[in-house]
Amino acid sequence: MTAQLNSACRQALVDYLLHLGDSDTVMSQRLCEWVGHAPALEEEVAMANVGLDLLGQARSWLSYAAELEDQGRDADQLAFLRDEREYRNLLITEQANGNFADTMARQFFFDAWHFHLLTALCQSTDAQVQAIARKGLKEVTYHLRRSTAWIKRLGDGTAVSHQKMQDAIDDIWTYTGEMFTATSTDPLLVEAGIVPASAPLQQQWLGYVQATLQEATLTCPDENAYMQIGGRQGLHTEQLGYLLAEMQFLPRAYPGATW
Amino acid sequence: MQHTTAAVAASAFGLISSDRPRTLLREDGQRPALDAIWQLLDTVPDPEVPVISVVELGIVRQLNWQQDRLVVTLTPTYSGCPATQAIADAIHMALWQAGLEQIELQEQLSPPWTTDWISPAGRDKLRAYGIAPPAGSASKRTLLGEEPEVHCPHCGSVHTSVISEFGSTACKALYRCDDCREPFDYFKCI
Repeated sequence: MTAQLNSACRQALVDYLLHLGDSDTVMSQRLCEWVGHAPALEEEVAMANVGLDLLGQARSWLSYAAELEDQGRDADQLAFLRDEREYRNLLITEQANGNFADTMARQFFFDAWHFHLLTALCQSTDAQVQAIARKGLKEVTYHLRRSTAWIKRLGDGTAVSHQKMQDAIDDIWTYTGEMFTATSTDPLLVEAGIVPASAPLQQQWLGYVQATLQEATLTCPDENAYMQIGGRQGLHTEQLGYLLAEMQFLPRAYPGATW
Repeated sequence: MQHTTAAVAASAFGLISSDRPRTLLREDGQRPALDAIWQLLDTVPDPEVPVISVVELGIVRQLNWQQDRLVVTLTPTYSGCPATQAIADAIHMALWQAGLEQIELQEQLSPPWTTDWISPAGRDKLRAYGIAPPAGSASKRTLLGEEPEVHCPHCGSVHTSVISEFGSTACKALYRCDDCREPFDYFKCI
């Protein structure tokens, strides 16, 4: 399949794969920050497990990106030796953990996007994209089930949990629109049937989110509100630099370290 | 003698022994039969659940000869399963110990691993080890739908409830038996 890609399409796909791999990597790093701090042991284990799944998926996406870009780099080098401005993750993934409601709001919006995107990528005309998506979708289905359950439990729980959940949703909402913005080269990939168009994806996402929030007795913010974008161009919020500094410290300080 | 002691201890605990003679080495220099290799790999334990083999778990998908080189096709259970590398190493070591030298391990993502590939014998072993095997088949309805009917591996009761969607490893969820009150791991359907 990859041999048939022309160079413009190939570059667009590398960019898209970095976007997927970086989003998974950063989300994974954030989730694992909860280890040792979660409100309950079961939730700590759950967040670490979700983070682990995402890290595995990141490895698959970044390995494929490395293969296509053909610069002699591997997935680890892409993850640990690129700077903030070269990262292509969604801004929502780098936002700080906050309290448990903040983390679950972020996770729910991310999982709902991830689930619908991977479902569509299972039909990709690129065999490797399809294979990674099919594998990841099984895992992400569980992620979405868990975060959806927490939105309902906290939203339709006590007055305090309801208020915290609503505040968390309102706070993170401005980062959800970016999931459905396309770069200037995405249309090439959509036309080749490698990735889905973002408009129908957004409708599916919004339908799922609105239905869940309604059941959780929460108010869905305005879908036409101002949205923060920039992650796919490497323009990040202040949060990412600190995250990468911690995540990349060891391989940068001790190049080639193994254990 | 250390090996023998370890083998006895392993069999006493119902674990699979890692003590292997060079059974695949043939004096006539011919390649060993694939059946013999499948049998050998069926003695390689999963590092997390050592009562079940990597073959019973459905991780070994294919064996092929490319001239004198054995190509073993493996599929990971979960994308991020930390045991993936340990499993590949264990398989490589087992084949090497048995006398094969030219071995190539290949990773295959598609079709993705499913708990439907765990053999009936493997399911029985999981249950005997205290892990409830996946209930039903991995259809989308099972993944998204209502809670499956999970039987307690200790007393067999169906009165069980989920404690956490994620357990001690990515492939398991944490359950509790409402009758015998014992907590247990459930091998999730995917």
